Amino acid sequence: MFRSVLFGTGLALMAMVPAHAEAVTEFTLENGLDVVVIEDHRSPAVVHMLWYKVGAADEMPGKSGIAHLLEHLMFKGTEIRSPGEFSQIVEANGGNDNAFTSWDYTGYFQRIAADRLPLMMEMEADRMTNLQLTDELTAPEVSVVLEERNQRTDSNPDALFREQASAAQYLNHPYGRPVIGWRHEVEALTAEDALAFYRRFYVPNNAILIVAGDVTPDEVRSLAETYYGGLVPNPDLAERDRVIEPPQIAARRLVFEDPRIAQPYVVRSYLAPERNSGDQEQAAALSLLGNLLGDGPATSVLGRKLQFDTEVALYTAAYYAGTSLDATTFNLTVVPVDGVSLADAEAALDDVLRQFMIEGVDEDHLARLKRQYAADAIYSMDDAQGLARRYGDALTSGLTVADVQAWPEVIQAVTPEQIMAAAEMVFQDRNSVTGWLRAPIAAETEVTQ
Amino acid sequence: MTRFLTTLAFLAATTAPAFADVDIQEVETPAGFTAWLVEEPSIPFVSLEIWFRGGTSVDAPGKRGAVNLMTALLEEGSGDLDARGFAEARDDLAASFGFRASDDTVTVSARFLSETTDDAVALLKQAITAPSMDPVAVERVRAQVLAGLRSDAEDPGAIASQTFAKLAFGDHPYGSDGDGTLDSVAALTREDLLAAHAGAMAQDRIYIGAAGDISPEKLAEVIDTLLADLPETGAPLPGPAPLLLTGDVDVVPFETPQSVIQFAQPGMARDDPDFFAAYVVNQIFSGGGFGARLMTEVREKRGLTYGIYAYLAQKDQSELLVGQASTANERAAETVAVIREEWAKMQADGPTQAELDQAKTYLTGAYPLRFDGNDSLARIVVGMQIDGLSIDYIATRNDKVEAVTLEDARRVAGELLDPDALSFVIVGQPEGLDLGN
Repeated sequence: MFRSVLFGTGLALMAMVPAHAEAVTEFTLENGLDVVVIEDHRSPAVVHMLWYKVGAADEMPGKSGIAHLLEHLMFKGTEIRSPGEFSQIVEANGGNDNAFTSWDYTGYFQRIAADRLPLMMEMEADRMTNLQLTDELTAPEVSVVLEERNQRTDSNPDALFREQASAAQYLNHPYGRPVIGWRHEVEALTAEDALAFYRRFYVPNNAILIVAGDVTPDEVRSLAETYYGGLVPNPDLAERDRVIEPPQIAARRLVFEDPRIAQPYVVRSYLAPERNSGDQEQAAALSLLGNLLGDGPATSVLGRKLQFDTEVALYTAAYYAGTSLDATTFNLTVVPVDGVSLADAEAALDDVLRQFMIEGVDEDHLARLKRQYAADAIYSMDDAQGLARRYGDALTSGLTVADVQAWPEVIQAVTPEQIMAAAEMVFQDRNSVTGWLRAPIAAETEVTQ
Repeated sequence: MTRFLTTLAFLAATTAPAFADVDIQEVETPAGFTAWLVEEPSIPFVSLEIWFRGGTSVDAPGKRGAVNLMTALLEEGSGDLDARGFAEARDDLAASFGFRASDDTVTVSARFLSETTDDAVALLKQAITAPSMDPVAVERVRAQVLAGLRSDAEDPGAIASQTFAKLAFGDHPYGSDGDGTLDSVAALTREDLLAAHAGAMAQDRIYIGAAGDISPEKLAEVIDTLLADLPETGAPLPGPAPLLLTGDVDVVPFETPQSVIQFAQPGMARDDPDFFAAYVVNQIFSGGGFGARLMTEVREKRGLTYGIYAYLAQKDQSELLVGQASTANERAAETVAVIREEWAKMQADGPTQAELDQAKTYLTGAYPLRFDGNDSLARIVVGMQIDGLSIDYIATRNDKVEAVTLEDARRVAGELLDPDALSFVIVGQPEGLDLGN
C-alpha cells in the first residue's frame, strides 16, 4: 500500500509517500459503461459524474458548438421530467449540479448527500435516452450560449486571440475550432442538430461513470447495474479516429490589435505530443520541462532570466497540458515591462530557450519539482471532486486508470536527458505559432498625446 | 418502473440527509491567541488560515494601495532569504503559502505536510514578521500592480465594480480600489510599505483557523511562534460606510458587444434577527442556481444572459444586496426592465410556500457539503470567527433556516427589497435605456 520514495536531500521529508492512497476501483457493465469508484469516507457526501467520450473535436464541420449547446439542452427535460426539473430535484435534495464541455469530453455532475446517489443515477440514466427537444426549447438556449460567448470570448481580447491562435496552430485537426463554436455557426444550430449528435454519441458504451465519496464499490456496482444496466449501447459507434495534422512546415505569426489590450504581450505555442496509454514518458518529460521553464517568477528559468536577472518581463509563463486525446501544445508567454518592445521581448524569450538548450537542467530545481509532485499525491486526497475530474479527464483522453496511477512514478523516473530530448523535439519553429497582442498603434498614440 | 422511480424521488426529497457534525476545538495559546481547529489526521497535512481584520481599508491617507503592495511583497524575501531563496525553501518543503489583501482583510493561507510543520512554520514566520521589502523586489512587484491597474481600466467588469463602489461608498475606503491608483502606487516608498505592514498585520486583529493533521498543543506552539513578534496594535479601522445609492441607472460608455450590468440596494446585517429570512428570500429570488426567479426570468425564459445572481454582501462596515449580469447591448434595456419588474413583484408578493420549502431543503441539504476538506474547513472556521459566530454555529445553522416561516419570508421580502433604491451601473453600449429614472 505504501511505497517508499527517498530523496537525496538529507531531509526526512516524505520518506513515506502513499503512492496512490486514493482507493480506486473500476469495472465495466455489460452494455459497455465504464465505472470508476473513488472512496473518501471522511464526510457522507458523494460526487456523481457521467462523462461522455465526445466533445467539440467530434463535431461535423459547419456545426461548431453543437457539443456545448447539447450540454445546455440536457437540462431541458425528458419524457418524464419537465424543462429545468432535473436541477430542481437536485437542489430540493440539497445538492448542486452542473456540466462542462471540452474538445474531448462532455461531463455532467452532481454533489449531494451519499444516500441520494440512487436518485442521481436514475435521473442521469433517464436523460441519456429520453431527452425531449423542440425548437421552442432550443431557441432561447442558443441565445444563452451566444451571451456566454459574448461574456467569455467576445468581451475578452485574450480569449479572442486564443481562438485565432488555435485555428492557426491546427491546420487540419478540429482542435482548431473553439469549443463554444464560431458565432455564425452557433446562431444556425437547431434542435435537430442537437438530437442527431445526442442519438449518436450519448450511449452507455461511450460513457464513463465516476462516483467519488462516501460509497463502496459494491454499492456502486449494484446501483449502476440497476439504473444504467438496462441502457442500450450503440454497436455502430466508431473509435474516435480523427483527422491528423499534416507536417507543419511554416512557423506562423499573428498580430492581434484590440483597444482593450492594456498590456501588450507575446505568446508562443508549439504543437506537442500528448500523454498516451502505457507510453507517458515523453509527456512526463514535457510536463517537467514546462515546470522548469515556468513554475514561478523566483524559481523558473523564464522568471529568473527575464524577471530577476534582466528586468525584461513583468510576467512569464510556460505550460504544457498533456492530457488530451490528440496532439496538444506547449505554451510560453512573456509580458514585457514598460519600454520593452514585443520584438525585444520575443528575442529575449528565444535567447532564454537557446541558453536552456546549452545549459541543461538544474538538478536541484528538478529535485524540488519531483518533491512537489510527490506531495501532490497527499494534498490531492483532500479533494475527492478534483480526483474525480482528474480520472474523467484522463479516461476521456485515451488513458486508463492504470495510466493515471502510474503517472506519479513516471514523473519521478524522468531524467534530465529525457527532458532535454523532449525540449529538442518540441521547440521546432515550423510547429510554432507566435502571437503579438497589443492595442492599435493609433490608439496608443492618442493616449500619449 | 417509471412510476416507482418518481415515487422514490419524492421520498428522497422529503427526508433530510444525515450528516456528521464538524468537531471544532477552541485552542488558547500561552501568548493569548485563540484559534479554532478541526483535527483530521487521516491525511498527513495541515491547512492554516490567519486573517487580519482591516485589509486595504487601513491604508494611511494618501497611501492608497500600500497594504495591497505590502501583501504582495511578503513572499519576495524575508529574514536572510531573498525572493529566490524563499521560493526554493518553500518548494523544498512542498508547502504553499498564499498572501492576499481585500477590503476587510489581509489573509495568510498556508498548507504544509505535517511532518514538515516546524520547518514550514519557521519559513512562514519570516514572511509574516520580517519581510525584507527589498527595493529591487518592490520595483518588480510595483510594476506588476501598475500593469494590473492598466488592465482593469480596459476591463468592463472591473470598470463596473469600481464605478459602483464610488457611487455607493463615495470617499470611504470601500469607494476606491484597494489596489490603489497609478499615481498613488507609483508614489509608495519602502517606508510606506513597512508602515502598512505594521498597521495591517498586528496582534489586535488576528483570527485563526486550522484543519488537518495537527494536535491542539502543537497548533498553539505554531501560532505563538508565528505571531508573537508582530506589533501589538495596528492602524485604526475605518468607520461605518453609509450607502449613497440613489436608485439611478449610470452608464459608462465602453466599446464592447456586451453590456456588463451591476445592480445593488441596501442589504442586511449578519446579526439582524431577520437575517435568515432575508437569506432564504435571496436564495429564492436571486441565488445562482437554476430555479431562482431572476435566473428563470432573465436566462431560462428569455435567453438574455448566461448567468444572473445577487447576494447579500456582508462587509465589515456596510451591507449590500448586490448582483450582476451581462447581456447583448441591444437587449440591455429589456434586461434592466425584467430585473426591476421581478424586484417589484417579489417585494409585493414574496415567495410561495413551494418556493420556500424548496429553498429550505436546498440550503439545509447543501450546507454540509461545504465541509469537504481541510482547506475548506480551515477557511470556514476562520470566517466564522471574523463574522462573530459562536463555535456551535454549524450545529444550529440549519435550524435557523428551518425556522423561517412563509409569513417571515413575505414580510422580510417586503421590507428588504426596495425597487426605488435599486441602482444600476452599466458598462458597454446599452441601447434603448430610459435614463430619466
